[in-house]
Amino acid sequence: MTLDEFIEAFAEEFDDTPVETFKADTKYRQLDEWSSLTALSIISMVDDQFDKTITGADIRSTETIEDLFNLIQAK
Amino acid sequence: MAIASIKNVKIAGMAACVPERVEENRDYTLLPPEEIEKYIETTGVERKHCALHDGSICTSDLCQKATEGLLEKLGWQKEDVDLIVFVSQTCDYRLPATGIVLQDKMGFPKSTLAFDVTLGCSGFVVGLGIAGNMISTGNFKKCLLMVGNTQSEYANYKDKSMWFLLGDAGTVTALEYNPEEADKIDLCYMSDGSGRKHVIVPDGGSRNRFSEKSLELEDVGEGNFRTRLDEKMDGVEVFASAITGIPKLYKQLQEHFQIDNEKMDYCLIHQASKVLFEKLRKKMKFPEEKTPMNLRDFGNTSGSTIPLMMVCKLKEELESRPLEMVMAAVGVGFSLGTGRITTNKIKVCDLMYL
Repeated sequence: MTLDEFIEAFAEEFDDTPVETFKADTKYRQLDEWSSLTALSIISMVDDQFDKTITGADIRSTETIEDLFNLIQAK
Repeated sequence: MAIASIKNVKIAGMAACVPERVEENRDYTLLPPEEIEKYIETTGVERKHCALHDGSICTSDLCQKATEGLLEKLGWQKEDVDLIVFVSQTCDYRLPATGIVLQDKMGFPKSTLAFDVTLGCSGFVVGLGIAGNMISTGNFKKCLLMVGNTQSEYANYKDKSMWFLLGDAGTVTALEYNPEEADKIDLCYMSDGSGRKHVIVPDGGSRNRFSEKSLELEDVGEGNFRTRLDEKMDGVEVFASAITGIPKLYKQLQEHFQIDNEKMDYCLIHQASKVLFEKLRKKMKFPEEKTPMNLRDFGNTSGSTIPLMMVCKLKEELESRPLEMVMAAVGVGFSLGTGRITTNKIKVCDLMYL
């Protein structure tokens, strides 16, 4: 999966945030819609798409969507 | 890896009891309706049965009522019961053990061995292993495995991560030494205490004694507040741990006991939340029709969810035909368990209310 595809998949987990908001350098944890509920959706999506598990601590250690993508690739 | 195959034990019957009192999640006053719907969608919980937590209904009372009903249905005499295993995180007292309190209150003979096991969501699966192993030898002949929790007492109204989720229930499963009609009871366990900080009631035990500080309402982020006597649950960490741990443990069960999903009548998955349930169902590769759910009306009832679901959803089939089922539970600890059981036309009481 490329970074662009990941950003697209990431955006799909949100209901109220416009798709164009999501960029590689988006600080996703600062989005209004970000919550523990969206975190669950992201962990679930990563499990589906990459067959890898990210933890709450992993999420807290990243700022941008690209950071998260790189962290997943390194797992 | 902890693997147990229990011989000579028959599952004789089951019963469950919940508080009559219902809390509707849609009546929650601290969030706008559209936000409440989001919680309901993720957790799958619309309402739950909750005791008042004023001492009038404890877990032991729910288990007591369920047990009285089941003994009558089975035709078991109290004098015949030689083992009571009470599995709960909401005991009557810090001491003595609640199982022993019930021995006296319910009039079981003093020759009965009774004790408590402090486990949460994995309680039924682990309890089956503990009681099953003790009965398997023939040293104990008739056992009541009581699994319950009135854990909604740990949910602070100002903590959405808990309040929408937790319901109360007490269950009982009757097990007997019966080599001729023994059921299959095969189990796999895992313990991961590194998860202890993610699901915890920090104060009130011996490590952090109750103090004035225990009662202070703390801002824990995302608009949630709780005291150190309430339960903290980091749902994100539980989810991440469960979606790797349970499939791994289930695979181990499948391989060790040659379990074919196609041949299983049901897969009973602990009712933690809808989002976790759905994920585990898919990862364990079971279709919806084989994985009953009762989250909507009961919430997460901890160790009770599997026996409660059997009583609510499978009563008729449990009574009328032989069944073979697998189960999976993950909870506080973390403690994880998977298992395969058979039943053969067992006695099941209608759901009771107190």
